[in-house]
Parts: sequence; C-alpha cells; structure tokens
Amino acid sequence: MSDRKLQENGLAELQQRLVLLKIGVLVVIGLLALRLWQLQVRDGPYYRELSQNNRTRSILLHPARGLIFDRDGKLLANNVPSFNLYVELKDVNDREVLIQKLVKYLDIDESELSKKFRARGTLTRVKLKGGLTLREAALIESHRLDLPGVVVHPEFQRNNPQGPYAAHVIGYVGEVSEQQLSQEYFQGLHPGSIVGQYGVERMYDQLLRGQAGRKLIEVDALGHEKRTISVEKPQAGHDLYLTLDFDLQQLAENLLGEEAGAIIALDPKTGDTLAIASRPSFDPNALSRGLSSKEWQNILQDKRHPLTNRAIQGLYPPGSTFKIIMAAAALETNEVNLSETIQCRGRFRFGRRTFRDWKASGHGTVNLHKALTQSCDVYFYKMGHRLGIDAIATYASLFGLGKKTGIDLPSEQRGIVPSTEWKQQARGEPWYPGETISVAIGQGYVTVTPIQMAQVIATIGNNGVAHRPRLVRGVRRRNTGEVETWPMAKAVPLGLNPVFVEAIQRALASVVSEGTARRANSPLVTIAGKTGTSQVVALRADKRKDTPKQFRDHAWFLSYAPFDNPQIAVAVLAEHAGHGGSAAAPLARELIEAFIKKNGDKTRLGQKRERPIL
Amino acid sequence: MTRSRRFDGVDWGLLGVILSLLAIGIVTIYSVTSNGQGGTFPIFVKQAVWIGVGALAFVIIASMDYHKLARLSYILYGLGLLLLVIVMFSGKSSRGAQRWIALGPVAFQPSEFIKIPLLLMLATYYATQTRSGWLYRVIVPGLLALPGFFLILKQPDLGSSLSFLAIYITLLLAVGVKSKAFGLVLLSALMMFPFAWGGLWGSLHDYQKERIISFVDPAYDPGGKGYQGLQSRIAVGSGEFLGKGLYGGTQTQFKFLPEGHTDFIFAVFAEEWGFLGAVVLIMLFLILFLLGLDIASKAKDMLGALLAVGVVGMMAFNMVVNIGMTVGLAPIVGIPLPLLSYGGSATIMTMAALGLLLSVKRRRMTLIQ
Repeated sequence: MSDRKLQENGLAELQQRLVLLKIGVLVVIGLLALRLWQLQVRDGPYYRELSQNNRTRSILLHPARGLIFDRDGKLLANNVPSFNLYVELKDVNDREVLIQKLVKYLDIDESELSKKFRARGTLTRVKLKGGLTLREAALIESHRLDLPGVVVHPEFQRNNPQGPYAAHVIGYVGEVSEQQLSQEYFQGLHPGSIVGQYGVERMYDQLLRGQAGRKLIEVDALGHEKRTISVEKPQAGHDLYLTLDFDLQQLAENLLGEEAGAIIALDPKTGDTLAIASRPSFDPNALSRGLSSKEWQNILQDKRHPLTNRAIQGLYPPGSTFKIIMAAAALETNEVNLSETIQCRGRFRFGRRTFRDWKASGHGTVNLHKALTQSCDVYFYKMGHRLGIDAIATYASLFGLGKKTGIDLPSEQRGIVPSTEWKQQARGEPWYPGETISVAIGQGYVTVTPIQMAQVIATIGNNGVAHRPRLVRGVRRRNTGEVETWPMAKAVPLGLNPVFVEAIQRALASVVSEGTARRANSPLVTIAGKTGTSQVVALRADKRKDTPKQFRDHAWFLSYAPFDNPQIAVAVLAEHAGHGGSAAAPLARELIEAFIKKNGDKTRLGQKRERPIL
Repeated sequence: MTRSRRFDGVDWGLLGVILSLLAIGIVTIYSVTSNGQGGTFPIFVKQAVWIGVGALAFVIIASMDYHKLARLSYILYGLGLLLLVIVMFSGKSSRGAQRWIALGPVAFQPSEFIKIPLLLMLATYYATQTRSGWLYRVIVPGLLALPGFFLILKQPDLGSSLSFLAIYITLLLAVGVKSKAFGLVLLSALMMFPFAWGGLWGSLHDYQKERIISFVDPAYDPGGKGYQGLQSRIAVGSGEFLGKGLYGGTQTQFKFLPEGHTDFIFAVFAEEWGFLGAVVLIMLFLILFLLGLDIASKAKDMLGALLAVGVVGMMAFNMVVNIGMTVGLAPIVGIPLPLLSYGGSATIMTMAALGLLLSVKRRRMTLIQ
C-alpha cells in the first residue's frame, strides 16, 4: 500500500468518525442546554430569590423617643444625634481580620469588640459602638472599602440635658435584652431596639418608645449601600409631662449632697410627686450611651449602691415617725383619749425587760399632744402594749405600709408590717408581746420606704385622705399633637375621725414650733412635722456618739406646709446621719421654704389647680 | 464566477457566527465593566483592540496555505517551548501564577499561543506518520506534547494545560487509534492516577486545591471557596426564562459575581438574557462546531482534516468546560469562554485557530477548481 493510498484510507476513516464527533458535540451541548433549563427555568425562582437576598438588607430605623418635661415644661430628656457603628454579620468573611482593623480606628477594647460580634438570635446587624467621636467616624468612613459590612449610622442618642439630676426618676435607656424580648411588655420589638431600662423611661416605655421603621436597601458585595428600595419611616414616641418640679428636685438632691439618703416632696392634695431624690446617684447619660462591662462592674460593685432608688427601694425602720400611725390607731380604737395622761419616768418595764425612753429623765406627765411633740417613747410603749401587734398592723396597713404606694416607677419595695400572722409565715415562730413594744416606736421588725412615709404625712396633712403618689400628669400624642391631662389618682379617705386627725395635726405643728423639730421652724411658713431617729443597731444611749458611721442612726423627718392648707408634704431620710431633729428637719425646711418662695403661700387660695400642661 | 478570487471559499455563515459571538462578548464585557472599572482605557475598548489584532491574524492565516505552516510546525512548537521556559524564569506574576511575558505596554501568555503550534505539529505528525500501532499513534505524540503540558501546568495554569491535553486527545480520537491501544492509554492513565495524584496534588497551588474541593462540595463554605461557583449559579439561575435585561444583572452589577468579564462571562450573559439568550448562545457555538466539523469532513487531505478537527476540539473543550464550570457541572479551572471572555492572548489565539479552519476550507475549494 502506497503512502498516498493509506492517506486516503485514513481520510475516509476519519470522515466516518467525524459523524460520531458531531453526535458527541450535539449530545454535550444538549446536556448543557438541559442544565440551563434546570437552573434557569425549573429552579429559576429559587435562584431569583437567592439573588434578591444577596443584595437586599433590611435596616431597623430607630424612632426618636418621646421627650420628658417637668411640670414647668423644662426639658428633662431628649435625643441628640449620634454616630453609631454597626456591622452586618452576613457581609463579614473574616471576623478576626476585621476586629484587628477596627481596633486600630476605635477607642475600644479588643475583647469588648469581639464580644459584640457574637450574633444573638436572628440579629445579623449588630451595634459595635455607639456615640462615635468625629475622629472615629471619619476614620471608619475613610477606610470603608477596607471594612466590608461595617456601617456608620447616624441615629438618636438619649440625652438628659439636666445631667445627673433626677437620674433615678427619669432613668436610662438601653438595647432591649433577649430576656426582655420574651416578655409581653416588649412584644413586637426587634432585637437591637432601644427601650427604657430604669425609672420613668422604663415605666412608660410603651408611650415613649415610638414605632420603629424599616429601610430596605440594595447593597453590593461589600455590604455598602447602593440604593434605597423602600422606607417605612419610624414614628416618634409620645412626650411625657411629669409632676416633678425640677427646681425642687435639684434642691433636694443638693441638700443631700454626697450623703446617702432620700427626699420626697408630694402635693398632699393630688399625690403629685414634686421631687423624689435619692443619693448617691449615677450619670444617666453614661448608662444610656452604654457602659463597657468594666464600668458596669464598677457601678454594680459600688458599696454605696448608686443604682438603688432609696426613695422607693430603701427599707428602713420608721423610728419615731411611726408614732403618727400609733397615735391614730390608739385614738381610733379608743385605747386612749386626747386628755388621758400617763407618767413617763424614762423607762417602761415589760416582763423582765426594761424599755428606755430616748430622754433618760423622762417626760413627766404626758398626754397624746405632748407625747407626739416630745416624741415620748414611754407613752407609745404603753399604747403599743394596749393595742397589741395586730391592731397596730391594721392601722399601719391602712396608712399604706407593707404595700407598694403605686407610684409610677418600677421595682418599688413593700417593706414589712409585722403581725402575728406575718411572724408565723415569715419566721415560723409565734409573736412575743415584748416585740410589740419595739414596733410601737418604729423599731423591730417594721420597715418602710421613704415614699410610704411621704404618703403617710401627706395623708395626715390632707385630713386623712390619701392619694396614690404619681409622677406623670399628662402626655402629648406625637401623631395628633393632642395633649391629654391625666386626672390625679382617686382620693382614698382612710375613714379617720376628723377630730383625731386635727389633734394629730396640732401636735405635729407643735413638734416644729416647740418640740423635737424646732430646727424646722420657719419664719416664712407654718410647718408641721414629725422627727424620727431609727436605730441601725441597738446601742446604749451614751455610746452612740463615737460609733462608726455605718452603725449610726438614720435620721427621719416627715413634714407638711403650710399648716392650715397644705401644699407640700416632705419626707427626708438621711442615712446614718444621726438625729431626725438635727440632721433631717433642716433639709425639709429649706425645701419647703424654696417651694413657698416659688409658688407663694397659697393658704388663702383654697382648692385649686389642675393646671393645664401647656 | 463573478466573485473576486480573494473571497473564494470564504464561509460567510462561519464568519457570521464568529462575528456574532465576538459582538456578544464585547457587549457583555461592556455591561460588566461600564460602571466603575476601566480608567482611561475602558476594558471593552481594549478587547476591541485585541479582536482587531485577532482579525489580522485570522485573515493572514486564512489566506496562507496550511501546508506551509505545517512545515514550520516543529520549529514553531520549539519556539513556544522556549517562551514557556522564559516565562518560568522571568515571567510576570499575577495572583500567584507566573504566566505572562511583558512586551512593552502589553503582556501575553505563551501558554495560549503554543496551542496552535501544538495542533499544527500533532496534525502534521499524524498526517505523515503512516505506521500504525500504539507506540507511534499514542506514545510518540504524547511525548511530543508532554514538555509543553508540564511547563504550563507548572505556571500554574490548570485550564490551559487541560485544553492542551484536549487537543492531543481530540486528534487521538480523530485518527482512530485502535480501540485496543486507546483502551490501553486510558487504562494506564487510570492505573497511574493514584501514583500521579500524590505528586500532582502536592504540586497544585492552594487555590487550585480549594477549587477542586469546592467542586466536590460547593456548599461547604459559601462565603469562601465555593463562593464563585455559588454566585455564578445564582447569577445564571436568577436570569430565569427571559433574563434581567442588559445591565440588569444584579449579581454582576453589585459585584457578587467575580471575574464577570473573563472566566464567568457566560454567567453574566445568562443573567441578563435568561434561558432564551443562553440557549441562543450555545446554539451559535453548536453551529460553529458543526460548520468546523463539516470543513474537516470535506478537507482535501488528512492534514487539513486533522487541523479542522483539532481547532473544533480545542474550542469545544474550552466552551464546554467554561460553561460547565459556570453552571456547576465542572470544577472551576480557569478556562476562558472562546471569543467572549476578555483577554488578548486567548482571543488572538482563538481567532488565529479559526483562520486555520478557514484556510483548510479555502484549499478544498481551490482543489475543486
């Protein structure tokens, strides 16, 4: 076979094979077409959805919280613009690398930062840092191509223009916690929402928080915004008008100064809370901005417990201020009348025990008026003995002790009104009659909060008619601009005999004019009140002077003024400050005088005011 | 015969298909790169320049007698190997691979251009080699191709080395190796595989290993290694039946799809034009290949036929693997889509190869005259 022949044979053979090659090409391309049909037609909608998810991000738009004003319209809480740093976790490939980069630009701890990266639940957009400085924001923005998924978002930051004043009342805000999200009160909120965590912010969060909006944006592969698809605007929260008189509040806090304690001022005729101070305090702005875990630890471990609102959470023996209730109880139950006298020789024997009077020499012949004026212990030991613990408990409860006053602040304490039943339940022991004698002068098992005692004195000043203390007197609806004035709490007459109430009132006036609280005597206005000195530990009278501070007595003073038409009731509790007459009474006087100077002595004006808000 | 001789044997259908594919490529590249990238010299303009150079190569080679080229094939192949060695020692690196030789302002890839000398050489070898038997049919040409194959693999350029291999296998199939011999090649390759695998796997770069892993299990890390494949499938699939329209491809425009103007150009096209457009595109390729095989079957001699088959085989392999990796049927090995993907070397080489195809056709016509 020649080469040529072979070639031709080969060519012929090749041409036959080409048919097979053509079929092969057809089959392979047919397979590709089939695969395309599968991807684009059969599974097309699925991939279309994937591509949508790829490029759309839903961003929560936080609403502006409602404003908070005091009763004169002074701004107590507003919102200021703030740059907040977020990261879209979906867009982050390498967290470690990103954290390393961010640490360079931000004033933040590396461990603090990596903690934030741990996604919670379905949240994919996580706030890394709030309140960036301009420098930080600029650094982040100029490196944004290098920081996939990182977004600086201008938002509102809660702000208390009055600084640290009224911190316990207004409270602070923070991101809703996972635990809170499962509570009914926070239903419908998204993770990352800002809610009230304390004080009025927490109590009226539903009014203040507003309605979050949503922005749907289109992003590129680096997670940077390219286009807005849709915006559902957030709705601002409603504004609150407090009953608080900020001038008074500020004064009350300044009067306490650095000392621990609480001062409450109520309007006895309405229950309006004019001031409610607690010291030591905290900076609500710092808490709203968000603390690092170290700062949190510092606050939580502070032995002075600045986060405790002593006015509603501090539990103290009422001391001699309890004698007001004792007097009412003894008179109402006819265990004593106004003219009956007893002999006080400075001591009271009960069984084998001897109970001393604060005045070792005794008060001599004492009726109810004098017993209150001089705060005679022996008189009330006797009354306690006559009444028995359960009658005392009945009247203490009638005045609101042992239960929450219902002031509109969260986490109020109840205190303890001891009774035979209480002792059996709480201690599993019977009540010993000797214990009644201690309770009669506000010691022993009985504990109260300052707000409870403020309500007691307000009720006496208001002729035996109680009002639930309140902090909010109105709300302005943001959507309609309409102002709702909330009616004052319902008046609750305690059903006391007016003659007895008047007798107690006169005695309380004498306390200030000639009794234990002469230092509360004011040339400006007639003040009535009752001192109290509650023992922290039982010590012999002569040893009390040089005791370390934490064992010293708490000083109480309850008061109202003007005497014949009360406009203000003030309760002062100064922890470990000593005698009520010397340590607490002057503070109340100053506060009352400031109130009278500001509002005038409205003694002659008669019943008035449900003042409009605006 | 009133037509000018110069256009004798010109296949207007073939030219039409080629021009259509080139045009689709330019428009798609424009769509991918129009916003943002490009600088002073937009990428689609660059590609147009490459097409111009390719057209020149196409015309020159088409007007030449392929026999003359065949005579130069061994020298050309030797030159190609030399360039590959130069690349190995002083080539330009980019993204971990050393593939380019800088030539003034442009850089070219010898690994692309050497495919034509290889095809010429192997076709010449088979056309002149009359002895049968697997030694002469399989081993000797295999040994001829081997240095080129390894030099390219070493760069590393897995895609090019595979298409290098594809040329060899196409010709092997075309010359009809006795099934016994062919079976032996496959068998020994299979037996060699486990031994070769260790060395081969070790010589692969990390990104190549990752690509192979991600082909086996694409969902194992959607943010990382399987990312390209997944985003590519999302792009293709989300085009649905009619597509999202020109510039409407969100996968492309928002840069979820990497390499949209080069290796993943088909995904861009399929996202914009949907199933309908994608099928039209692969039909254009099908027509091109069938026309090419038709030229092969009507070639006047063995050399012409083998050259035509080789050109079609090389292009078909590139096209199938490229689209295959775009739609998740093949591992992502970095093979451009012929005539569409951006890239000077590949475009010029492909058009030169098509020039060879036309040259084969024109010789047949002269023979009939």
